[in-house]
Amino acid sequence: MSPKTLYDKIWDAHVVHEADDGTCLLYIDRHLVHEVTSPQAFEGLRMAGRPVRAPEKTIAVPDHNVPTTLDREKGIDNEESRIQVEALDKNAKDFGIHYYPVSDVRQGIVHIVGPEQGWTLPGMTVVCGDSHTATHGAFGALAHGIGTSEVEHVLATQTLIQKKSKNMKVEITGQLNPGVTAKDITLAVIGETGTAGGTGYVIEYCGEAIQALSMEGRMTVCNMAIEGGARAGLIAPDQTTYDYVKGRAHAPKGAQWEAALNWWKTLFTEDGAHFDKVVTIKGEDIQPVVTWGTSPEDVLPITASVPSPEDFEGGKIDAARRSIEYMGLTPGQKLTDIEIDTVFIGSCTNGRIEDLRAAAEVLKGKKVKDGMRAMVVPGSGLVRAQAEEEGLADVFRDAGFEWRLAGCSMCLAMNPDQLSEGERCASTSNRNFEGRQGYKGRTHLVSPAMAAAAALTGHLTDIRDLI
Amino acid sequence: MDKFEKLHGIAAPMPLVNIDTDMIIPKVFLKTIKRSGLGVNLFDEMRYDREGNELPDFVLNKPQYRNTQILVAGDNFGCGSSREHAPWAIADFGIKCVISTSFADIFYNNCFKNGILPIVLEQHHVDLIMEDAGKGENARITVHLETQEITTSDGEVIAFEVDAFKKHCLLHGLDDIGLTMEKETHIDAFEDHHGTHRPWV
Ligand code: SF4
Repeated sequence: MSPKTLYDKIWDAHVVHEADDGTCLLYIDRHLVHEVTSPQAFEGLRMAGRPVRAPEKTIAVPDHNVPTTLDREKGIDNEESRIQVEALDKNAKDFGIHYYPVSDVRQGIVHIVGPEQGWTLPGMTVVCGDSHTATHGAFGALAHGIGTSEVEHVLATQTLIQKKSKNMKVEITGQLNPGVTAKDITLAVIGETGTAGGTGYVIEYCGEAIQALSMEGRMTVCNMAIEGGARAGLIAPDQTTYDYVKGRAHAPKGAQWEAALNWWKTLFTEDGAHFDKVVTIKGEDIQPVVTWGTSPEDVLPITASVPSPEDFEGGKIDAARRSIEYMGLTPGQKLTDIEIDTVFIGSCTNGRIEDLRAAAEVLKGKKVKDGMRAMVVPGSGLVRAQAEEEGLADVFRDAGFEWRLAGCSMCLAMNPDQLSEGERCASTSNRNFEGRQGYKGRTHLVSPAMAAAAALTGHLTDIRDLI
Repeated sequence: MDKFEKLHGIAAPMPLVNIDTDMIIPKVFLKTIKRSGLGVNLFDEMRYDREGNELPDFVLNKPQYRNTQILVAGDNFGCGSSREHAPWAIADFGIKCVISTSFADIFYNNCFKNGILPIVLEQHHVDLIMEDAGKGENARITVHLETQEITTSDGEVIAFEVDAFKKHCLLHGLDDIGLTMEKETHIDAFEDHHGTHRPWV
């Protein structure tokens, strides 16, 4: 038998049925649900009189629309947002699925809650009506985003109709330099491959620099696999993974833990397994990076300058021209000269405890630049509680940051946390699309440490100048 | 779902690359709990000013493209989020076919669930159709799913690939869930086996 990749192994373990043309029915172990992409799916079930096939494998949490201000128990002002959250309350109850309502301390961004509660485990298939489901790949789980029709399909059948993707290996060798984080790795990979470079592939991230990452860092890397166009990102489970998972509320216990561990230890890519594409980046070559444009592939080391449209080829020339205009930048301008109005620390990319620690480390005993709007939105109520306990919340508050409740917040600005026209934000989120953080708002994607640094200086800043 | 057989008409040109789902349907319109009615907000921020007036330069606001059923776009169309609101908005507007050199994966899949045919072509073929599209009324093209062919206004025939299963569903307007339900015994058997071997799942 030819050697298998990690992806091959997980795939093979979940095929329910394979048609002659290779179309497979794939079994889904965990289905995560949030309020924005699910109402039409539940409505579809009701209309067809279908139940949820495996409610015990289905977990729901509202995150996109929820207010993150401290007075949120007073309810949601925006009527449509409120209706969506109420619809999820009702659907979770009617269909008997696990639910973390807004009032629950465990509520948070779906991709942070799943791992935190031990729902996400190695070797699983995990889906959610949300593209950043790729996050869960950090556990060696095959995890990807699906559309609402597929949400309905999974609710009804606990399966998905899939064709196998191609295998891509992204290897980050060696070690990272000081100031370089998981966020810089994942952005640097997209800078290298482009936003369509991963289309049709499942990426396995490997190499010394990846193995050295914590689970939080690995989740950051896999989270943005989708920005590189990949269907999913994967990292083989190891001791770091097992240590993170052990003892979580829904992780296996006792004899089941041992059985699970035995299987998880077989989940790695065998020597000589075939990859359709291989990208290798030296860890030492990665620098702290920042995006200058309106696509995540518009990424450059912080020491660089704004490019000119003529630096590009084909359709990218017009796209770059449009980006530079939208972002209000001048070609040749140094990136560190770009002034920032707002700093946002949060999202499923960088809203975990380690991200908050990294930002707090930079901010400790310092104050944000006068006039800076700065906020921290923890990824879950439990992350928030832990940060309070560790004294990080005080560091943020003392520095002049707003200390919010958990949710997606300004990552996509569906709730009132939005940029105004022309407002420029250093953000730890994952998308710098036009209007993503508010109509005509301008986003620069950075790591938590770089976001904190920008909050202190008032402009994009090389974190290495502060450490 | 409506059946998809053949289209004949003018294609609207959108040569911009990396048209993302936030451009296709901005998030303010994701708050609906319905599938329909999103067409008026398709490409909202490119199509209207802040007061809601149409921007005359935007392609779908030009008289010749207002009723187009075909869109021809730059590379990597539909990148970004998994929101099915994007294909819902496209379908609700009346567009049934999108042509590009590449599509984001989730968007591509979502199209088929909504009766939209996404077609991937080589750059030079997209360029040809883009050229036709630029001619407006003067250049109609035909998209024929059964034969997997596009005929340009000059009569040039361009073949395209489409997954056989997806094609079958589109041609007959079939719903995936119903088809999967027919395999329920396989799912039962898998769950039995899985439950014994991986009881922690
Ligand atoms: S934090 Fe942002 S990217 Fe993550 S699920 Fe929420 S909206 Fe999506």
